[in-house]
Amino acid sequence: MTVEQRIDQVSAQNRIKFAPILYQLLLQGIALIFTIFFFGPFLWTIFSSFKNIQEIAAFPPTLLPKVWEWQNYVQAWTQQPFDRWTLNSLVVAFFAVIGLTLSSATTAFAFARFRFPGRDALFLVLMGTLILPREITLIPLFILFKNLKWLDTLLPLIVPNFLAVGSNGAFFIFLLRQAIMTIPREYDEAAKVDGASSWWIFWQIIWPLSSSTLITVAVFAFLFNWNEFLYPLVFLSNKANFTLPVGLRFYQTLGMDTRVSYEHLLMAASVLASLPPIILFFIGQRYLIRGTLLSGLKG
Amino acid sequence: MRRFRWRPATREALEGYLWLSPWLIGFLIFTLGPVIASLYLSFTAYHPARTPEWVGLENYIYAFTKDEQFWPSLGRTFYYAVLLVPLAMAGSLALALLLNQPLKANSLYRTAYFLPYVTPVVAAALLWGWILNPRLGILNYALSLVGIQGPSWLSAQWAIPTVVIISLWTLMGGSRMIVVLAALKNVPEELYEAARIDGAGPWRCFWHITLPMISPTLFFNLIVTFIAALKVFEIAYMLTIGQQGGIASGSAGFSIYFYVVKLFDHAFNFFEMGYASAMAWIFLVLVLFFTAIQFKWSSSWVYYAGEDRSS
Repeated sequence: MTVEQRIDQVSAQNRIKFAPILYQLLLQGIALIFTIFFFGPFLWTIFSSFKNIQEIAAFPPTLLPKVWEWQNYVQAWTQQPFDRWTLNSLVVAFFAVIGLTLSSATTAFAFARFRFPGRDALFLVLMGTLILPREITLIPLFILFKNLKWLDTLLPLIVPNFLAVGSNGAFFIFLLRQAIMTIPREYDEAAKVDGASSWWIFWQIIWPLSSSTLITVAVFAFLFNWNEFLYPLVFLSNKANFTLPVGLRFYQTLGMDTRVSYEHLLMAASVLASLPPIILFFIGQRYLIRGTLLSGLKG
Repeated sequence: MRRFRWRPATREALEGYLWLSPWLIGFLIFTLGPVIASLYLSFTAYHPARTPEWVGLENYIYAFTKDEQFWPSLGRTFYYAVLLVPLAMAGSLALALLLNQPLKANSLYRTAYFLPYVTPVVAAALLWGWILNPRLGILNYALSLVGIQGPSWLSAQWAIPTVVIISLWTLMGGSRMIVVLAALKNVPEELYEAARIDGAGPWRCFWHITLPMISPTLFFNLIVTFIAALKVFEIAYMLTIGQQGGIASGSAGFSIYFYVVKLFDHAFNFFEMGYASAMAWIFLVLVLFFTAIQFKWSSSWVYYAGEDRSS
């Protein structure tokens, strides 16, 4: 019996000793307590969103709605320009995904495959933008967009994404650079010998071979932009131009003057606004977790 | 012509810049330019409808000596950070340790813990606002069932801990947990075997093997979480609006009037953009300063195993 086999045996014994049923029960208990904290609020929100106007204000609160009021969702949808907000959010997220994926891929390609003066310094600058608080650029950006007549349009939320601006861009460039550096350089060299341009190399070699990281980037880009709050709050002013997170505020003030509780509509609207990122999370969980593991860079 | 000999390299450099150009242009227009502009604005009195008027250091002097809410807002922000950062660090470590055990239905739990991270923070603030509602909220009702009188969660005394709880919900189980989990899985099993053969119990293994081996990841989490804590805005903003005329007049009063909330208030409610720019620059210096301190301090507890940190 080799040493390795003996160690394996010892560890196997230890594992059996350490994981009896009691231990499993203890673990399950702890895991459940955490589940109540993390998942409970979702259930409570969903239940609340189906209660009618009397039940939502009832004390003591009921857990499950007595009558499931599906009408709440119709009301939440029509109470406010919810369809416009959804459309705006979708437009922003759609272009952000395309813009960020493209621009961070080309930039990552430049950093990973070309030698040019100042490259390392520029890469440091890029990493610096990861921790640069955006509060510092917020006011000048507001003035810039005002002068460009972009305020109250979706352009400030879309255009910078095509130039990989800010900490999101830096994060994605970093991820993609790591991915591109794992692609063997011999592929590029061989293509170059055959007379291929860097355009061809990018689209025929780099892009397809980093596709899983590109998907990770696309999923993150959707999440970050769908959930974005500060920029739309600052750059948009007309109610019809809002994105969903900013629009949700209006359900908060419903009935405030009459002291009637409209929390059921607020909860229904919150559920609707949270659905796309949550569905995307279930579809793209693999990619999200993989992306986080690749870098762990983003708060 | 004089660079004729360098041509292949020049060509490569030019192409490199071409591929880089989207980011470079974006960086110059949307990052570097604004950073410089905000430094200039911080020395002016500026209302967006008028032209900036040079006032020298007046904004900074006003912030440090006259603004009654400057130091308190900074104090609140640090109080929040001091509460949040250790709890978030310990929490994501605890979750990762739990998921690293032979726990049945492991991936189900991981999904449940990760979900709040992908939920819009605005929605998180709203749904917690409802849970914590002092009159109708489920939490205070649940507490009353076990004989505890729940506090008024948005009162001056409780508002900051409340924001901490909501923040923990959104960030404890997200990327932080996953990174720590990955670090735990990367600790070589042989280290534990060797320690066990030497008679070390699980507690000693944790302190002398696990913690040092994952310390670079914990350090990384610390930096990111601390910066995020100083930037606290959305939750506080959502919990205090509904009242017009400046955020500060909300039901929670000034109790969660954090630094960035105040900055936002000056910039976009009072249109004192010069002063807000000065606040932004003070903020940048603070962020850099505290990040640098953590880097300096890290050498005493972060352990880098040999060649391990290639990325």
